[in-house]
Amino acid sequence: MVTAGDPRLVQIVALSLRVSLSAAFIASAIGLPLGALIAVTPFRGRRAVIVILNALMGLPPVVVGLLVYLLLSRAGPLGAFGILFTPAAMVVAQVILIAPIVTALARQIVADGWEEYREQLQSLGATRARLVATLLWDLRHSLFTVLLAGFGRAAAEVGAVMIVGGNIDGVTRVMTTAIALETSKGDLPLALALGLILIVIVLALNAGAYAVKETAQRRYG
Amino acid sequence: MKVGPSHAASILPLCLEAIFFQRGGRDIIDGISAQIVAGPRTVIVGPNGAGKSVLLRLCHGLLQPTAGVVRWSGPDVRNAQQRQAMVFQRPVMLRRSAFANVAYALEVAGYPSRERAARAHEALELVGLASLSGHPARVLSGGEQQRLALARAWTLRPEVLFMDEPTASLDPGAAQEIERIIGAVHAAGTKIVMVTHNLGQARRLGDEILFLHQGRLIERAPTDIFFTRPASVEAVQFLKGELPW
Repeated sequence: MVTAGDPRLVQIVALSLRVSLSAAFIASAIGLPLGALIAVTPFRGRRAVIVILNALMGLPPVVVGLLVYLLLSRAGPLGAFGILFTPAAMVVAQVILIAPIVTALARQIVADGWEEYREQLQSLGATRARLVATLLWDLRHSLFTVLLAGFGRAAAEVGAVMIVGGNIDGVTRVMTTAIALETSKGDLPLALALGLILIVIVLALNAGAYAVKETAQRRYG
Repeated sequence: MKVGPSHAASILPLCLEAIFFQRGGRDIIDGISAQIVAGPRTVIVGPNGAGKSVLLRLCHGLLQPTAGVVRWSGPDVRNAQQRQAMVFQRPVMLRRSAFANVAYALEVAGYPSRERAARAHEALELVGLASLSGHPARVLSGGEQQRLALARAWTLRPEVLFMDEPTASLDPGAAQEIERIIGAVHAAGTKIVMVTHNLGQARRLGDEILFLHQGRLIERAPTDIFFTRPASVEAVQFLKGELPW
């Protein structure tokens, strides 16, 4: 089934990747600069913000799904957009789920780097915006792992996409929701095939990231 | 080719007015007043924990004094922060090429991109790293990285260059090369303010010595006088290696 490229399977895998990669991309666009900014800016209540961020990393997907469902449902505040039960709604839910993860991990990595770079960059007179950009770029190899962590969490989660997507065949069915459904229906071959693909994708991404990091470390120190 | 600081009117002298710096309830700098003037190479010496590095950071503005004032009081002190540079004991290199590290400093300082390349090359030439300009900065040796740090500071044509034990973690050969570059930078008109606990180096590079002890400025004298006829008991003991603790 996997090797034959069953069109049903291909569609599900493609949607999964599309949704989770979009979510990881958007969450990174928000989380990387935000995490870096928190790391280099001393302000009152920073500790509290860090504790909250770390706590948000453990947000239960079903709760996020429920909240996004309420926001996007026809009677909800964002109901006018009419995106409930579409891939867009799934992306929204996953962004909310993984943006705190990306932000919190990025903050930690940038804070560690900041220790080393602080005096040098202050001496050069870099503005805060430039500090953020410089640190994000200089720590890019470590931060790439953060991106992967975000993507991994998005690709593996089932609760939020199930609630806001609705697991509609051909429209919002992704790997995790399909596995849940097929298993409960007793169609174990499809469930297993999807499970296998999911694991392979996550493994391949992590192996790739590791290789990139190793090479970069050797080349740039 | 233009050498030397680009401003006609200096930011110097630097006035330290009764500055104190406390950390953890301890006076690291315990009431120092001094004026650092253009020209002579100023070398700050003293035993470990005397507050040398902290004093340098207070001068450069990386730390703020808990009391007292650090004031640039030259005829033209606009953009004073951009007209000084610092080289640290351990150079911090960005994960990019040697050339890009120098160009980065120029970019931050607001030089237009067309000027950066020529200036950066010139600075790399001065420190003898032109052939390594494309190499990633972080894989250079310790001595090469420190030379690169000097190039990065020098490319800004600072009026004042602060250095915190720039050769402390280098072997003698590399240290000698750094000393040569410091000499060249000074000859081109940059004021040198340097911390070292290598007394041989202080002798070779210093025109005047500031001797710090337990956060106080105990003695200030021309180099030859400090080393031959120190005026204070503390300096005599320090030079004899009989450190009083």
